[in-house]
Amino acid sequence: MQLEEPYIELDNVSFSYDHNPVLENLSFTVRRGEYLGIIGPNGGGKTTLIKIILGLLHPTRGNVKLFGTDRHDFKEKHRIGYVPQRVTQNDKDFPATVFEVVRTGRIARLGFFERFTKKDTEVVNRAMEISGISRYRDTLIGNLSGGERQRVFIARALASEPDVLILDEPTVGVDIGAQKTFYEFLAQLNSEHHLTIIFISHDVDAVSQETKTVLCLNHNLVCHGLAQDLLNEHILERLYGGHKQRVPHNPNKPNKHEHA
Amino acid sequence: MLEIFQYDFMVRAFEAGIAIGIIAPLIGMFLVVRRYSLMADTLAHVSFAGVAIGLLLQINPIFSAIGFSVVSAFGIEYLSNSRRIFGESVLALFLSGSLAVAVIILSLAKGFNANLFSYLFGSISTVSTTDLWVTLALAVIVFLNVVLLYKELFFASFDAELAEASGLPVKMLNIMMVMLAAVAIALSLRIVGVLLIGALMVIPAISAMQYGRSFRFTLILSVIFSLVSVIVGLFASYYFDLASGGAIVLVALFIFLVSLGFARKG
Repeated sequence: MQLEEPYIELDNVSFSYDHNPVLENLSFTVRRGEYLGIIGPNGGGKTTLIKIILGLLHPTRGNVKLFGTDRHDFKEKHRIGYVPQRVTQNDKDFPATVFEVVRTGRIARLGFFERFTKKDTEVVNRAMEISGISRYRDTLIGNLSGGERQRVFIARALASEPDVLILDEPTVGVDIGAQKTFYEFLAQLNSEHHLTIIFISHDVDAVSQETKTVLCLNHNLVCHGLAQDLLNEHILERLYGGHKQRVPHNPNKPNKHEHA
Repeated sequence: MLEIFQYDFMVRAFEAGIAIGIIAPLIGMFLVVRRYSLMADTLAHVSFAGVAIGLLLQINPIFSAIGFSVVSAFGIEYLSNSRRIFGESVLALFLSGSLAVAVIILSLAKGFNANLFSYLFGSISTVSTTDLWVTLALAVIVFLNVVLLYKELFFASFDAELAEASGLPVKMLNIMMVMLAAVAIALSLRIVGVLLIGALMVIPAISAMQYGRSFRFTLILSVIFSLVSVIVGLFASYYFDLASGGAIVLVALFIFLVSLGFARKG
């Protein structure tokens, strides 16, 4: 089998905050078309890892390549769409409409002083349509529910027409019913729109059921591979130190990977 | 022609007032949505120290105010980013620190107390021709900056982290924003006064926000509210012999109350 093109490559990456190591010797590759879940305990370095990929933090050691280019030379920021963790952010009072927020996704493609074009508006409208939020176009962002806001930020990321979509704890603060539709939506983006997806979660069951591959992170790489091969008691104990009681994965429930 | 416009000083006050009325809320809106309203008051006090320095050294206070507040704006951003001090404490530090500087200069040179007083509350009779030209020129620069960098300023204010991940130089935009605020405030001192300029930057913005519309619409509405406040305030100041800053801010407050009523109804 021929391997797909590598999109994100980490080679021996380490990162420390004030001499406290957060990530140690991390090496892995995310390839085109992957649907990767990143799990691990709080403080295990999940968000730090994402910030390094996004260029918001710089590794203390090691190399990062994005789409084959060294991170220092990487300019095509629009190729990575990022959906940050929303609930803690206090943008509820910000006087901006859904359209205005989604349109910021186009900025990575435009230069300074450049104005939005008709094409930008078309792409923004399509991103809102795919995300099912067209009817909220002129609604203030603060007037939406958690699930709706989540979709606005996904539409924002999609508006940059990315190749990779990175989501940090996307279902926190979203009710159970909306979570289910949300996962279906992500699966559809991966299969129909051929988007590579990286999805961070503390919810081991969601990751094991929804994603194709899994990366377990607790300062270093505990495991990386196909979801169904990896998420056994042994790994979870190494990851969470045996404190986390795992709800058994029900093989009768529909999920995205195949059982051997 | 109205009697009021037969006086050159009134014409100058109106021209400078309209320029300030446009740029104050443009900058103020970005400060408000970043929860940085106190920045306006801090920079006003810093400019006041600049005015005192100018009077002491006998140079036009508008220049010393602009210079001193732009330098301080750099200092404020630097200290806030260093994370050694909380952002709010940095503002308090500069606010009281510069007031102390102003007061010391005041007591050193007792001669210009009356003149300095007009800077506290604003005075319409004091806008010189030089002040007017400096105000108009710098106001155009501030205005063009906000209009041309609108999408970048909006994005960086809405979510600094997302903006940075998209490749925007957020730190540079922040420094630019604070410097524009410093310039706008120094220009407004003559007419609105140290103690009230913060209000002219913030009140039209929060009034406009009551209508729950898009950012762009809210920004335009805040400029309209501010212009109405400045124009009505200057008329009132002339005809009823009131301090112009107080009159302008009272009109702005009245608009705010009406807007609040509208929001409750809607």
